[in-house]
This record gives sequence, C-alpha cells and structure tokens, in this order.
Amino acid sequence: MPTRMFIALLATLVLVAPAYAKHDFLTVVVAEPYIEMHTGPGRGYPVFHVVDRGARIEVLKRRTDWFQVRTDRGIRGWVREDQLAKTLQEGGEPLAIVNAGWDDFGGRRWEAGVSFGDFAGASSISLIGGWRMSANFTTELMATQLTGNYSDGWMAGVRLVHTPFPEWRVTPYLLLGTGVLHVSPRASLVSTEDRTDQYAQAGIGVRAWLTRRFMFRAEYAGDIVFTSRDDNEEVEEWKAGFAFFF
Amino acid sequence: MESRIRVFLLRTALAGLVLAGLAGCAGSTLDREAEADQVRPVIDPQVQRRDVRAPKIDTEDFEAGGYVGFMSVEDFGSNTVYGARLAYHISEGLFAEATLGMTDTGKTSYEVLSGSSAPLLAPKDREFRYYDLSLGYNLLPGEVFIGGRHAFNSALYVLLGAGNTRFAGDDYFTFTYGAGYRVLATDWLALHVDVRDHMLDIDITGEDKTTHNIEFTLGATVFF
Repeated sequence: MPTRMFIALLATLVLVAPAYAKHDFLTVVVAEPYIEMHTGPGRGYPVFHVVDRGARIEVLKRRTDWFQVRTDRGIRGWVREDQLAKTLQEGGEPLAIVNAGWDDFGGRRWEAGVSFGDFAGASSISLIGGWRMSANFTTELMATQLTGNYSDGWMAGVRLVHTPFPEWRVTPYLLLGTGVLHVSPRASLVSTEDRTDQYAQAGIGVRAWLTRRFMFRAEYAGDIVFTSRDDNEEVEEWKAGFAFFF
Repeated sequence: MESRIRVFLLRTALAGLVLAGLAGCAGSTLDREAEADQVRPVIDPQVQRRDVRAPKIDTEDFEAGGYVGFMSVEDFGSNTVYGARLAYHISEGLFAEATLGMTDTGKTSYEVLSGSSAPLLAPKDREFRYYDLSLGYNLLPGEVFIGGRHAFNSALYVLLGAGNTRFAGDDYFTFTYGAGYRVLATDWLALHVDVRDHMLDIDITGEDKTTHNIEFTLGATVFF
C-alpha cells in the first residue's frame, strides 16, 4: 500500500509541476567576444549558435552546470556555467553564480545519506540523517534494514559523531551510538521467536567531500547487543555510502 | 594711541562681518532661485524607482516519474511491473536515483506440472516488491532525429546500485545494474527505456542460488 501511495504522490507531482513555471527571467548582457549555445545541457551536445558581445540573453533555467538561455530572437540553447559567469547583469555588474562547494561543506547544517555494508554477516542498507550542532559535533538518526542468511531485521538509533579536524577535505570521525535492534528469523527456516534488544556502539569513520553537496562516507563500528539471555552479543559492522549536505 | 588702533580694528572687523553677511544673504537667495528652477521642471517624467533585485534562476536538478513494463522473476514467470523513480542530477554526467517497484509473480513450472496441489507460496507472498538506490552515469549524450525537422536530446546511461526485495515473506539484499535510454521530449519531460537486472540470493526452490530477475520498462519523468 505505501508503494501505491508513493506512486500516486509522484503522479500528482508530475501533473502539478509544470503549472509552477516562472515567467520572470534574469537578463544578462554578453561581455566576452561571444558565448556558445549548445543543443543540450552537456559537453557532448553540439554548439549550434553563437551570441555576440553586447547581445542580451534571458536565463530560463539551470540544470547542474548548464543554463538554458533565450536570445532576443527567441533562440533557445544551453550555455556552460563558466561562460555564463562572464556575462554582465543589466546594472553592469558581473553575474555572480552561486554554487555549493567546499566552503559550504565547512558550514553545513544538515546532511542525509545512504550506506551499504555488512552487519555480522548480514547485508545492511542504512538511511542516515544528521544535524551539525557545532564545528565538531553532529547528532545523527539512523535506520538500517538487515538481510541475512538466517534472519532479517532492522535497527534504529541515535548517534553522536565527533569530527576532530572539520577543516580537512578527508576528515575522520569518532562515533558513539545507541538504539534498538530487531531480529526475526527467515520464513524458510524453522521459526524461532522475534527479538528486540537494545544496542550500544562505538566506531570510527571518514567523510570525504567529493563535489558540490556530495560526499563519501565510510565507517567501522563495534556493537554490543544487550540480549535477554545471559551473554551480551558483540557484533562488528562496516558500511560505506554517500551523503548530501545542506 | 593704542585705543585708536583698537577702535580702527574693531570697525574694520565689524564692516567685514556686515559685508560677509550681506554677501551670504545674496548668495543663498541666488541658490534658492536656482533650486526653485530645478524643483519645477518643464516636463515631469514621473520616474518610478526600479526594483533592481535580479530574478532567481530556476534550478531543475530533480527528476521524478513512473514506469511500466514487464519483469521476469526467475522460476516464477514474467509479469507486469510498475514503479516510481526519483533522481537527483549531481553533475552533467552523474546522478543518484531511488526506485520503488512491484510486480506479481506466477506459478513455478513445478507447481503447474504437479497440478498445483501443493502451492509453494501463499497468494500474498507472490508479490515481488523492491526498492533500489543507485548511482547512474550519462555515458553517451546525443540527439535523435525524427524526420527532417525534429531533434530531441538523448542520453544512454548506466546504473549500479543496491537495495532490498520483499518476496515470499522474506527480505533479500539485492544488487541492481542496468542501462537506460532517455529522450527529452521537451525541456522538462523525459521518456525512458530501461533494462535492469535485480540479482538476489534465494532459497525458496530448495537450494541456495543467485537469481537474475530482468526488468524491461518504459517510463516518463519530469525535471523540476
């Protein structure tokens, strides 16, 4: 049922999205001898038109590093970011294109990502959302789905992440976390009962800024599962994935 | 003698002050007349102050939509599959994509031949649902030409990802890989043809084996 609802939601989005088209476009003046217009937003698409110095162009939209522009004759094409950055605004000042980048990585507040890995032999997929409280500390919520040979399960927890060197491009971190682990045996096996236990974890990891709002993450953690039996279970887990920051 | 000099100096100073004052009055009178001329222009142009705030450029890096096709689930036949996808374009080449899909599965040949007296799965367990998180790369950007007048942007992309499949009452970690072809009908509407393999280890038919479940779909997405 959630699948159907998700599809319905997307369908609504698809139908409503074009209704929000904006009609107030930024106008810039070409300051270089000429700029090139490509047929599509990518280096592989050919140049089909050239706009001379002094001509005015409207910037209609942006897709990654490419901008769709319209000339005063109504010709539409795509201009690469570094060429558009050399145009002037109507007031005469250069057009400042704002890109998220390394500077924003240092000032990020929120991050969200996915990771894949291994939890005591079971495959894991995790969703991680984080809020950066200070330069060094981040609070994270994590939800993990586990699929093993003998049992499936999920984990949900909260973690405190300490980044000792936040100014590094590839920066290590330490983590402490706790949460609940739910394990249920596979349907094809003789059934034993489901278990839900608390766990605590400590680990190390690394974040690496890749490009724009995009980073790589990998980590290794040791978990202690507080079972209702006599012995606590010690589990090793590792995961790697990517995340976006805002 | 001294007092006469003092009186002379005082008179001179007084005369200077009076002269300066008169000159000042005359000057300000002239200024006012000039100002009055400026305040009453011959033509009043009624200029309104322009709002110089530049409009924001609309960024369209997200792509969302749905797809329909058929999916062959190993041992369980081919059936209609439908799903939804959401992609975020990181650069002109790289994108991240999440998909969510479902299909029904049929009977295995064993169940058919044995007269289905012993169904392998309960009806609700025959539903095959999956989600995947992938990274894609636009490998071959280009254009397609339809007739002599129409050209559409296109790209061939490859995808690699992982996710989870719920089938036969269990969850299975699933690797996916595939390739697709995207044609942009307009600036914001894209049509897709996709072929993907969902690889998962399964033990329903009695032995552990890696199954390849091939999916062929047609889809449409919008950029926003």
